Amino acid sequence: MDMEIITSIKPLLATVTPLLCILLIILSRRIPNLRELWTIIASLVTFSIVASMVKTLYTSKIIAYKLVEVYPGVDIAFRVDAFGLFFALLSSFLWIVVSFYSIGYMRSLDEHSQTRYFAFFAVAISSALGVAFSSNLFTLYLFYEILTVCTYPLVTHNQNNEARSSGRMYLGYLLGTSVAFFLPAILFTYYFAGTLDFSPHGILNGKASNGMITFLFLLFLFGIGKAAIMPFNGWLPRAMVAPTPVSALLHAVAVVKAGVFCQLRVYFNIFGVELLHNQNLDIFLIYFVSITILLGSLFALKQDDIKAMLAYSTISQLSYIILAAGLYSYHGMLGGVVHIVMHGFGKITLFMCAGSILCGARIKKISRLGGIGRRMPITMLAFLFGALSVAGIPPFGGFMSKWFLALGSIEAHQWPILVVLLTSTLLNLGYFMPVVFISFFGKDSESIKGYPDIREPSPFIVAPLAFTALVSLALFFYPYPFLYLAEIFVKSMMGG
Amino acid sequence: MIDQAPILVVIFPLIFAVVTPLLGWWKKDLCYPWVILALSLSSVCSIITLKEVLGNGVIHYHLGGWEPPWGIEYVIDHLNSFILVLVASISLLVAISSKRLVEEENPDKVVYFYTLFLLQVTGFLGIVATGDLFNLYVFLEIASLAGYALIAVGEEHAPFATFRYLVMGTIGACFYLLGVGYLYMATGSLNMADVAQILPDIYSSKVVMVAFIFLLVGVAIKMALFPLHAWLPDAYTYAPSATSALVAPLMTKVSVYVMIRIIYTVFKPYYSIEILPVNLILGWLAVIAILYGVIMALRQVDIKRMFCYILIAEIGYMVGGVGLANRLGVTGAILHIMNDALMITGLFLVAGAVVYKLGGHNINQLRDAFKKMPFSMAAFAVVGLSLIGVPPTCGFFSKWYLILGAIEAENWIFIVALLLSSAINAILFFKIVEIAYYGKASHAHNGDSHGGNTIDEAPVSILIPLGVVALAIILAGIFSGKIVSGILQFAVPPNL
Repeated sequence: MDMEIITSIKPLLATVTPLLCILLIILSRRIPNLRELWTIIASLVTFSIVASMVKTLYTSKIIAYKLVEVYPGVDIAFRVDAFGLFFALLSSFLWIVVSFYSIGYMRSLDEHSQTRYFAFFAVAISSALGVAFSSNLFTLYLFYEILTVCTYPLVTHNQNNEARSSGRMYLGYLLGTSVAFFLPAILFTYYFAGTLDFSPHGILNGKASNGMITFLFLLFLFGIGKAAIMPFNGWLPRAMVAPTPVSALLHAVAVVKAGVFCQLRVYFNIFGVELLHNQNLDIFLIYFVSITILLGSLFALKQDDIKAMLAYSTISQLSYIILAAGLYSYHGMLGGVVHIVMHGFGKITLFMCAGSILCGARIKKISRLGGIGRRMPITMLAFLFGALSVAGIPPFGGFMSKWFLALGSIEAHQWPILVVLLTSTLLNLGYFMPVVFISFFGKDSESIKGYPDIREPSPFIVAPLAFTALVSLALFFYPYPFLYLAEIFVKSMMGG
Repeated sequence: MIDQAPILVVIFPLIFAVVTPLLGWWKKDLCYPWVILALSLSSVCSIITLKEVLGNGVIHYHLGGWEPPWGIEYVIDHLNSFILVLVASISLLVAISSKRLVEEENPDKVVYFYTLFLLQVTGFLGIVATGDLFNLYVFLEIASLAGYALIAVGEEHAPFATFRYLVMGTIGACFYLLGVGYLYMATGSLNMADVAQILPDIYSSKVVMVAFIFLLVGVAIKMALFPLHAWLPDAYTYAPSATSALVAPLMTKVSVYVMIRIIYTVFKPYYSIEILPVNLILGWLAVIAILYGVIMALRQVDIKRMFCYILIAEIGYMVGGVGLANRLGVTGAILHIMNDALMITGLFLVAGAVVYKLGGHNINQLRDAFKKMPFSMAAFAVVGLSLIGVPPTCGFFSKWYLILGAIEAENWIFIVALLLSSAINAILFFKIVEIAYYGKASHAHNGDSHGGNTIDEAPVSILIPLGVVALAIILAGIFSGKIVSGILQFAVPPNL
């Protein structure tokens, strides 16, 4: 299927807007209200630019913009296809929501160094958009690495010993895997394929021996550590030392989804699904990530820290998305891709609820949540919504992606995967529902009994989480434009 | 005037150096602007020369009108015109930064310092410009002798370190001179082009073989290639800040240039590939140098000494690239001459700023440096990311070429060494960042959102060159494709 290519500066603008906002943030560092206004404006502008590209994509066109050639045949260049726009739309939209939430959260906890926080947050969003719009592996790697580095000050925001050791872990895993595996994988790909440009059917087909393809596949699988596939998942729970908005946007959406996005990009547009299928690498992939799906959920069961539980849940759910590349079927791919959005909205709600509980009641442990639902009903109701969506229960958005994935595993005749999906759903309910239950129906815990002033925190915190909870519900009934974009993308790979 | 540019590049610092003591005798304060003027003129001439070479090809300049091979000839091609610009502009930057450093560290030796400074730069430029083997030796000694004196006026241990350097450096110079002598015996000529023409007929001669090995050993001592590196850490650690910022990046790079000249211009590439397989030895030494350098750097608690070991590792990059003996590898090596010169300059300028402001170069003196010296540390971050090889900084691109070259040469061990060195550089960099970033912040939660008002930055005369270097590191990365296709592809020996 030939796509018409339009040259437009929009992807560059979308990527640069958050960066420009940093200057304004730093200049107005003495006037917090003005400083935060810049973040809000930049997030709105960025989202509008991204959203304005949706119409163009609907007519099966592609937007491209070349910045500079760094090596013969290798450019820093942008190319917006349906998949990239899909991810960019999600990240830029949630940036708006989390910006409001950040203001409420950071002020209610009276956090230090807020200027630095908002500045690096903007860099992170910019690089996530860069990842989404990359036209080749080189540009992708560029933004992938910037994303790692610029989130370090966010993760270690507290600047205490715990933050220091978590920061080491964070960089150790992410930089270590990318330097040791991802970078050589890119160089080998270039050496064999002679190009790094993404193509609907991959660029490696027939370019290297079978053994080399398998080797490259493993390098990519382990090299993109942001996808938190076991055994390279250790950094994500540790990154929870970050302020909650960081965990919410970066470690439920922008960073980890950039990880799975890169993984899928590589499998779809560098290897091509046919190549993976012909070498049975797809089978290996789905069973390999099934381990992460199940173990992640099991680990989540035994966590007492709310954010740690959510982190393990994220690890498990990310691997659902990877299934897309291994389930050699239309609905399998569609389900995996759509799950990026469904899980994104669900999980960000859950994280924001965790932050709300922290701000409203100073509680971090699940075992102390008894009765909190009666004091903070909106937060806990939103938590229920998010949990149901992540677990994949109708009528929430998450049901749709899991339904597609289940359908896909039937189409691909991979019955064990169906069992994995169903087991994991049960486990999801197993770790989410007790939280909801005790918070509404349990006895008041020690941390709540003697504190009559526990109530919903500032509307800056509650409104965003209520909003994303409702969106999780709405996505079940109206999953567009995300579903359209995912369909366009999956069809572009299946067709032709 | 433009015809004379190649010689003026070298003559300006030389003449100005001779006048400096007289000027300083009259008015001490005039030395600094005098040096800046000399190096600015030299830089301008080097740029004119580069333009001339790019426009009209190789320049042959006959000193005093004497025809080669009797007279001394300067041959400026793409390779050395590029390095001339590099050496001239970096010395200019270091000269700019030197003002406050020299006043602080050697207040009573300002005049001598600047005289020697100019002489040393004369040496570097002469080595690069000349097309005559013996003339090269003369400039090598000018640079070295000036260097010994500049280093000896450093800290308490500097004289002893200088003595070691002097002994080793003199042995190196002897080896080089003997090599030149043997070549002269065999060919009767000292002109590089002339020697290169005569040599192939007598490649089987033992004299030529010994000459080749002596030349390489001599240069290897000057560039501190493992295992001939032992003099370097002490000498550059105890040297005055401005001296280390000048010597560390340039002496080693100039020596690598000489090595490339000997292996690929004076001798034909096939000599070192087929007849006397030094490339193989160089490759192994490079691997060991890289690993030894980064591992030793890990153990250091003195930042200048740590940078010295990083430098030893970086030399391994370039020598390894030369030893790959293919176009990609040598391109990577030449590109890394520029990139590494920028990075090492950046490192030692930061060290200079730290010594100036925080009073020493022990790593613990960097505590809270991010708060006190945000600009210096931001520049340091750029340099550090480049050392790790995070795109779009220039360090990434040298690795890119070197690894592609190594894949082509199937030199897997070199790839492993490069990747490992990136990883260890990451540890090194974040080791410093951790100390500078965390400081005493664990009890700094006072809700102050703007950071302390305790900014105590290095003087502008250091910050400006540092900023220029940081910017150059990024620009050299982004435009590395242009640099390679515009200049370096002609600089690589044609018959590789």
